[in-house]
Amino acid sequence: MNAALVYALTGTALFVLGVAGLILQPHLLRKILAFNIMGSGIFLVMVGLAQRAGTPDPVPQAMVLTGIVVAIAATALALALARQLLDMSGEMRLPEEKSGKDRLDV
Amino acid sequence: MSLNETLPLLVLVSSLLPGLIIFTLPEERRGLRNLFNMVGATLKLLLIFYILRGVMLGEEYIFRHTILPGLDLVFKADALAMLFVTLSAALWFLTTLYAIGYMEGSPHRSRFFGFFSLCVTATMGVAMAGNLFTFFVFYELLTLSTYPLVVHRGTEQAMRAGQVYLSYTLGGGALLLIGTVWLYGLAGQVEFTQGGMLAALGPEYTGQLQVIFFLLIAGLGVKAALVPLHGWLPLAMVAPAPVSALLHAVAVVKAGAFGIVRVVYDVYGVEFAQSLHLLMPLAVMASVTIIWGSLCALFQDDLKRRLAYSTISQVSYIALGVAIFGPMATIGGMVHLVHQGIMKITLFFCAGNYAETLGIHKISEMDGVGRRMPWTTAAFTIGAFGMIGLPPLAGFISKWYLGLGALEAQMPWVIAVLLASSLLNAAYFLPVLYRVWFQPRTEAWPGEHIPMQNGRETAWLLLVPPLVTAVATVLVGLFAASAMSPLNWVKLIADREYLYWLP
Amino acid sequence: MFDPIPWLILSPLIWATLAFVHGPGQGGRLPVAGLILQLALAAMLAQQIVAGGVRVYAVGGWGAPLGIDLMADGLSAVMLLLTQTVALPLVFYARAYFAGHANSLRYFWPLTGYLLAAMNALFLSADVFNIYVTLELLGLAAVGLVALAGGAGPITAAMRYLLAALLGSGAYLLGVALLYGVYGSVSLAALIPLIAADAPAVVSLAAALMLLGLMLKTALFPFHIWLPPAHGGAPAPVSALLSALVIKASFYLILRLWFDLFEPITSVAAAQLLGALGAAAILWGSFLALRQTHLKMLVAYSTVAQIGYLFLLFPLATGVSAEVAASAWQGGVLQVVAHGLAKAAMFAAVGAMIIATGRDEISGIAGVAARLPLTLFTFALAGVTIMGLPPSGGFAAKWLLLGAAQASGQWWWIVVMVVGGLLSAAYIFKVLRQAFLPVEETANFKLLPRMLEWPVLLLALASLVLGLGGGEVLSLLGAT
Repeated sequence: MNAALVYALTGTALFVLGVAGLILQPHLLRKILAFNIMGSGIFLVMVGLAQRAGTPDPVPQAMVLTGIVVAIAATALALALARQLLDMSGEMRLPEEKSGKDRLDV
Repeated sequence: MSLNETLPLLVLVSSLLPGLIIFTLPEERRGLRNLFNMVGATLKLLLIFYILRGVMLGEEYIFRHTILPGLDLVFKADALAMLFVTLSAALWFLTTLYAIGYMEGSPHRSRFFGFFSLCVTATMGVAMAGNLFTFFVFYELLTLSTYPLVVHRGTEQAMRAGQVYLSYTLGGGALLLIGTVWLYGLAGQVEFTQGGMLAALGPEYTGQLQVIFFLLIAGLGVKAALVPLHGWLPLAMVAPAPVSALLHAVAVVKAGAFGIVRVVYDVYGVEFAQSLHLLMPLAVMASVTIIWGSLCALFQDDLKRRLAYSTISQVSYIALGVAIFGPMATIGGMVHLVHQGIMKITLFFCAGNYAETLGIHKISEMDGVGRRMPWTTAAFTIGAFGMIGLPPLAGFISKWYLGLGALEAQMPWVIAVLLASSLLNAAYFLPVLYRVWFQPRTEAWPGEHIPMQNGRETAWLLLVPPLVTAVATVLVGLFAASAMSPLNWVKLIADREYLYWLP
Repeated sequence: MFDPIPWLILSPLIWATLAFVHGPGQGGRLPVAGLILQLALAAMLAQQIVAGGVRVYAVGGWGAPLGIDLMADGLSAVMLLLTQTVALPLVFYARAYFAGHANSLRYFWPLTGYLLAAMNALFLSADVFNIYVTLELLGLAAVGLVALAGGAGPITAAMRYLLAALLGSGAYLLGVALLYGVYGSVSLAALIPLIAADAPAVVSLAAALMLLGLMLKTALFPFHIWLPPAHGGAPAPVSALLSALVIKASFYLILRLWFDLFEPITSVAAAQLLGALGAAAILWGSFLALRQTHLKMLVAYSTVAQIGYLFLLFPLATGVSAEVAASAWQGGVLQVVAHGLAKAAMFAAVGAMIIATGRDEISGIAGVAARLPLTLFTFALAGVTIMGLPPSGGFAAKWLLLGAAQASGQWWWIVVMVVGGLLSAAYIFKVLRQAFLPVEETANFKLLPRMLEWPVLLLALASLVLGLGGGEVLSLLGAT
């Protein structure tokens, strides 16, 4: 097992953890953190897998940088929405009644 | 684009354009609205006379527009198309006059006349469709444009009728669509060709073609009100009388019947359909409908509903004529397309007159109405006698040829069906006639809206159309042998359909 | 020769930024001018593609692999034209819709501009990573627009939408990372021959991740749960943009991946699975649409159902003869266009009804036939396309799909499509029926400005004309 594969596997594990958190954690802040963990996992896979013959490849590093910027923007937006939700409903979680259910009016 | 290409389009535009303009007119622009209506109806008639002359001289009128690769919109004014086009356009003219009188003072007239014109456009498209795809397009358009007319009054009853109407017709449309797509998959563009175009497919397709035929007839049978697909028609009678008269007695049911004619003669070919054993089931279905419709009509007290069941029964004469193999029956069925239209519209005009003038909707309220409204009742009587098949009226001609055709095809049981149907027709019309002419009036009219004026029993616009169609009922029967009669025109078509097969 | 490709991205970026700087007062005119320009640019690009085939543009002159390549073929051109054609009337509509709501307008124009820029860039992207970036930007702008209405409902919907979008693009990006790990490239043009030559199992994993992520963003059943509250809760012009265009962007990517990139490793079983999910979407979405009591929720569930039709394309075009595949492919793309036009018109028309009646319940629109005939007519015309009845673009699309199903003997999709069509008729006539009822005594109809009615009618008419002129779209689509 080489180093690249270790990175990739770790990254994948982080990704899975992140996805699980994103879906299962009810608290919004935890969801947002989980998203960031998921993102880090992806970036790790990206940089890890792309080490060809020991020399770092600049392209994925550029891509990861871009990815981080995008992730920050997304995190900021998520935080802003979570704040608004907190102000309005007093809770840091998505309301339960309709979550994950289709609305069968009537 | 040459003139011969443009003419079929112009026939469509002559009702589409007035319809679209009328939608935009404010309610109070009565004069302008009537002007557009009448100009459109007149122009259409003139165009049609011009085309009729051309068709007799052997001119071809075809318009073709490619929508998708291998999928054309085709309008073709052939002899069969013109039969239906002329009927609809002439009756549209009269019905528009009638509707102007009938809708006087009621709300949403712009919407009403707009959709009315759209319906006629759709009917024209059905009539002139040159291939199965075009036919389907306008068949569905007819469904969509009649819905607002059925629910026009906005009452709960109208809404329910509209819902039933849609469930039936859209369901039928879906079956027709499947059949059409399937047929296009097998045979490419399904052009309407005299003598049919499917005989060229090999015997390995027999099973598929039988299933497709069933799908197509089921889809068309909904509008043609074949039993057991007829449930929508009596309910749709809640629509205003001109709608019942033109659309439900003529355009919509005829669109279905006409489609059956097209499918049997111009898609499958009558010989080929016979060889696939498709005609017998159709004949049985049509016969059942004829008897069942008449039986149901016997028990209706509502005049329009009795007429509706009568329509169900009578329209199946067309399907019956198609289903009996042989030119005589073909003539009988096709000529009934015209004859039934003229007779039934007379009856519906009269029913509308009774309702609009005296508030009479039920047969039990009709005692002695003949003395109050003699002209209307005379027209009604002619229509009823025509339906029963009394010589020399229009209905007799149809039944005569159907009977001859049945003998020719060695299907004597059809004669029994025809006789039974005539007896039943008599059984549900004669008591009405007895009531109106011979029963004395003992109580006041249920709701007299239009009083007697200077010996005029009702408004002119309501009176003239039924009189014209009643006279036509007599004339097409009396002069059936003349060169310009529907019968003669139909003989021309039948000759062509059997051209390749009979000595 | 003047190259419209970069300007299609720059134009909305410029007017969005200017609109943000100027503030709400100036917002309206710039987008109108910008979109007219963009429509012209898209038409010009389409013409260039018809004349000269696929066009490539190297940003900054660098070229791949260091720089970013933009690429436009027939499919991109169709999507670009659709986007600008839908957005232009909606801009007029939005100006009237938000009149008097300066606060909403402050963010509506900039966000719409960024949304369009991201979408145009997405349709022009030629590498899978650039696609990720545009996809994410598109998602963020769309979430912002959903939140625009304020209030707990829309914010919740926006939050849910954001989380779904992030999850979707996360899965997609992991797929990209795996692809890069295997092949060392993200360019579509470079990857296609590499995948065709040799595709280890990890590539299938990457493909699955990317497709799953995009399906989540396209709201394919059973990933549709975020869509109805987001589309149904947003202001009407936003709902129109989202339902008509945004979900189509991720569907466009699925098309690209399935038919271009992963073509060698797609399987009939996977295609049938996608089709089955599509069928479930059609039936379940239509059924739920029928059960709704609120106008916008009904239209939103209709979108869930209509997305299903798009996915029938995969079983009909995979593992069949080239001719059938072409027909299915054309039908699918035509459905994208027809639904885009019609759904935008439908959401906008419904929005106008809600403004006029002041109520969102279906029961509140009695009398609309008499008071708002034009808007109801628009709704009905759009409905014709949604029902797939002739003579509409939706019908032309359905005809092609049905034909493909018949020719390949997959009759079960025919049943699904026909039943779906009847169900959609049921929910559309549910609205029309109510509109034909007499006006209620208590009803208080507001007069609508023309701009809330006429531009929408144009959209609905366009979806109808598509039924007669679909051949033009197909010839552009076929340009290579």
